[in-house]
Amino acid sequence: MLAIIDYGMGNLRSVSKALEASGAKEVKVVSQPKEILKADKIVLPGVGAMAEAISALRKLNLIEPIKESIFRKPFLGICLGLQLLFTESEEGGRVKGLGIFKGKVKRFSGRLKVPHMGWNQIRVKSSYILRNIPDNSYFYFCHSYYVVPEDKSIIASNTDYGLEFVSSISKDNLFACQFHPEKSQAAGLRLLKNFVRQ
Amino acid sequence: MLTKRIIPCLDVKDGRVVKGVRFLGLKDAGDPVAIAKRYEKEQADELVFLDITASHEKRKIILEVVRETAENIFMPLTAGGGVSDLSDVRDLLNAGADKVSINSAAVKNPDLIREASRKYGSQCIVVAIDAKADGEKWEVYINGGRTPTGLDAVKWAMNAEKSGAGEILLTSMDYDGTKKGYDLPLTRAVSKAVNIPIIASGGAGCPEDFYRVLTKAGADAALAASLFHYQELTIKEVKNYLKKRKVALRC
Repeated sequence: MLAIIDYGMGNLRSVSKALEASGAKEVKVVSQPKEILKADKIVLPGVGAMAEAISALRKLNLIEPIKESIFRKPFLGICLGLQLLFTESEEGGRVKGLGIFKGKVKRFSGRLKVPHMGWNQIRVKSSYILRNIPDNSYFYFCHSYYVVPEDKSIIASNTDYGLEFVSSISKDNLFACQFHPEKSQAAGLRLLKNFVRQ
Repeated sequence: MLTKRIIPCLDVKDGRVVKGVRFLGLKDAGDPVAIAKRYEKEQADELVFLDITASHEKRKIILEVVRETAENIFMPLTAGGGVSDLSDVRDLLNAGADKVSINSAAVKNPDLIREASRKYGSQCIVVAIDAKADGEKWEVYINGGRTPTGLDAVKWAMNAEKSGAGEILLTSMDYDGTKKGYDLPLTRAVSKAVNIPIIASGGAGCPEDFYRVLTKAGADAALAASLFHYQELTIKEVKNYLKKRKVALRC
């Protein structure tokens, strides 16, 4: 069973339909700890504010099962589901994340329009999930914050928006991206297919 | 590099796309999902559904349209038209919209922008502004362009940003439907005043119009409805033209 974690941060229909269109057989939207532990694969999606997301995960008792499952089974984080993996975010003062990876979540600043919204390219470094995705492929982004990992070896792709920021990371069987594969047409579905087949 | 976006707008009434679509090869020319699929194939960067259903009881139909589209088409989707409170925003997002555009209700109650963006994130709250020239300035109109508000469009855009809007959908009432090009001074004035993306709307007639508003007026995206509906121009033609002129685009 492929579990999409529902903690009230955004609509999960697109994610679940896109995964089905990518060949996933048994997609289930879940919000119970035991279902996360039972799942073969886990997707953590989400849009919105990090503080609210963490408190929602805590309220549903999902933090422990997520931490327990990461690196044990294939994991895909999308957008907020990437940012949540890091130590802390500067959103709304200072918010603690799940701390799976050391690093910060920062807000775009300067003359850049925020949110970073629309189609942008990724420069692929490496990852199983990005293996048949050509360098400079376009993906859909919609976010105001980006992650800065301490360990640069987890960077799977970079993207240029005034500055070069990390648009996806991967480690072992974990992959997480700032962009939305479920909204990125053919390239997005290809990425999801790689995850489903993992 | 972040690309400029070309966005077709579908006017939906009672669950059907209106404006007399003439797509060839579609079984049902007014079926929103079929038309959305067509636009997806043409490499539209986003879709906007504008609900213009008049009767209150039929207003829920748009949710079905959004739901069915989001289940079939994996691209960004904005829905709006008649959004009046937080529950409308929630319903559209739950149906599968990525962004919700708020127009009149945002003017009547700016707290709605604040509450919606706090709850769902700025990235999904679009404030739609219908503006009409008034001397050197532009006045905001609501209720489908019928009611003047006395608000200055540039100042209102700044307020909307401050309240948490993540994007502005800016329509020139003077240029809408004229095909003489987008309102460049209006777009430029709003774009200079805010730091969130601007979708320019109203007046597109030829590829050059898209070029001008995207490169000379600070628009991040350009929207058109009837031009694409009637296939006077295809999205592909517009993109090919812009690409030749070195505009950053996804092709």
